[in-house]
Amino acid sequence: MKRQWPYHLVLMPLSLLFAAPLVWMLITSFMPDAEINAFPPHLWPSHIDFGGYLKVLTEDSYPRWFGNTLLVTAVAVVAHLVLCSLAGYGFARLRFRGRGVAFVAIMATVMVPTQVLMIPTFLVFKSLGLIDTLAAAFLPWLATAFGVFLMRQFFLSLPRELEEAARIDGCNRLGVFFRVVLPLARPALATLAVFTFLGAWNDLIWPLIAINSEETYTLQVGLTTFAGARHTQWSALMAGNVLATFPLIAAFLVAQRHFIATMSFSGLKG
Amino acid sequence: MAADALTMRGRRARPRVRLMPHLTGWGFVGPATLVIVGLSIFPAVWALILSLRDDNLLAPGSFVGLQNYRDLLDDPDLRAATLHTLLYSVLYVPGSLIIGLPIALALNRPIRFRAFYRTCLFVPYVVSAAATGILANFILDPQFGIVNDLLAGAGIARQGFLQDPSQALLTLVMVSLWGSVGLPIVVYLAALQDIPRELLEAARVDGAGAFRVFRAVTLPQLRPATVFLVIWQTIDALQLFDLVYTTTKGQPLDSTTVIVFYLYQQAFQLFHAGYGAAVAYALFVVTLVVSGGALWYARRGEAPS
Repeated sequence: MKRQWPYHLVLMPLSLLFAAPLVWMLITSFMPDAEINAFPPHLWPSHIDFGGYLKVLTEDSYPRWFGNTLLVTAVAVVAHLVLCSLAGYGFARLRFRGRGVAFVAIMATVMVPTQVLMIPTFLVFKSLGLIDTLAAAFLPWLATAFGVFLMRQFFLSLPRELEEAARIDGCNRLGVFFRVVLPLARPALATLAVFTFLGAWNDLIWPLIAINSEETYTLQVGLTTFAGARHTQWSALMAGNVLATFPLIAAFLVAQRHFIATMSFSGLKG
Repeated sequence: MAADALTMRGRRARPRVRLMPHLTGWGFVGPATLVIVGLSIFPAVWALILSLRDDNLLAPGSFVGLQNYRDLLDDPDLRAATLHTLLYSVLYVPGSLIIGLPIALALNRPIRFRAFYRTCLFVPYVVSAAATGILANFILDPQFGIVNDLLAGAGIARQGFLQDPSQALLTLVMVSLWGSVGLPIVVYLAALQDIPRELLEAARVDGAGAFRVFRAVTLPQLRPATVFLVIWQTIDALQLFDLVYTTTKGQPLDSTTVIVFYLYQQAFQLFHAGYGAAVAYALFVVTLVVSGGALWYARRGEAPS
């Protein structure tokens, strides 16, 4: 390419503009409030100040929320990997009565939007005694139609010969699944794990509806609720934001290739 | 289980051979099906029933037929919320495509720093609505926010942004675009890479200029991606909730109450479960009609080829 500069002229400022809020978030999380609120504001802290982090980690139930979210996310990811890959394989390879109906029913749920489900789900959780428990936050994340669909598409793309060879060697279905199919599915499983991690970690509406007591909050609910109480204590708010966001950004950077491949895959075929 | 196994063995191999594949199949798909269908079809039916009742969230009420649906037709607050949602969607959906497509076209070129640009533009997509909301409140704060400081430095008057009734909705659109334009970029980028090279080269050999190639070859090839994005982003816009909840909570002066936020207030703050369910169903139907309409329109356009 000879003339690259016109592209850079547009893309460079735009990229920096997109990254700037996150960079500013990181910088201000290490800045004393007095410097953040000064006019003109300091663009760089005079010294690295951990006051915000200290406040967040000691005064609020932040570590607890972090732990809650970690637990919810871990359950969601593990359950997703197990349930969706089993179901995806079942729909892709096995023939059994009711398969078509079950698959259509799962795919139909994609159309039902969250807001229709909010109220009855709250009532179901209430009658099951799940209100104010973390189970309410992870139950909707045990398996999703997207996960089943993703795994089914992946298994359909695998050649059957390998499985047939193992079957002839006397391996049963479960054995074939665990010893032959699953090891091949690592890229799809990685993608599914990243997506579930992202969705469960960032989920706001379910825990918001189902959890009322402070010690059971997830990170997102805690952040939002306490943003009001900590108004103008910006370094603490930004420290909380950094702690809640950077695990995701790290996961994204590591899995970027898988992630973007799936986004576009699900995008065009979904 | 043990009893089953015994009777099976007693009945010899034949019935077992017929039954086993079905049991195996359900063993594989059963748990996921139970969770997914149980947590959506069942509540969806319940919501439909609720929408015909005047239940309070905490106590059951009585059957009222279509009264909730009649009520929502002349609810001025719902009308305002609908208006805000429409305004937001009209700005957000085309906005995300108009910003996303040129960026994807540029990123599709073999230029330096491509991975860096792509990462910068996509990273906001993984940031949660809660973190985005808090960050937006901070950066756009009328008094302490860095954006106003920068504007003042450039000699431009300070703005109210999320705290100014005439700017709040527009500001929300901007914040949403920041957080989500990564999706159209990535989807368009993938679609661009799927366009056969021969097609583009043939057009160039025929003497088409860059703009002509784009209009006659690239754009039609991107059609499925565009249809998908229009539907996806429209659904996203009609269901806007998280960002409103974490920034303005419908304020200032109710200028940013959108439908789902209004529904949340009705159901979970005023406990009008029945009415909330009716609003939810009305929105569901509108969403279905809009996406169905978009699909129909797209198919019709494709028919001649």
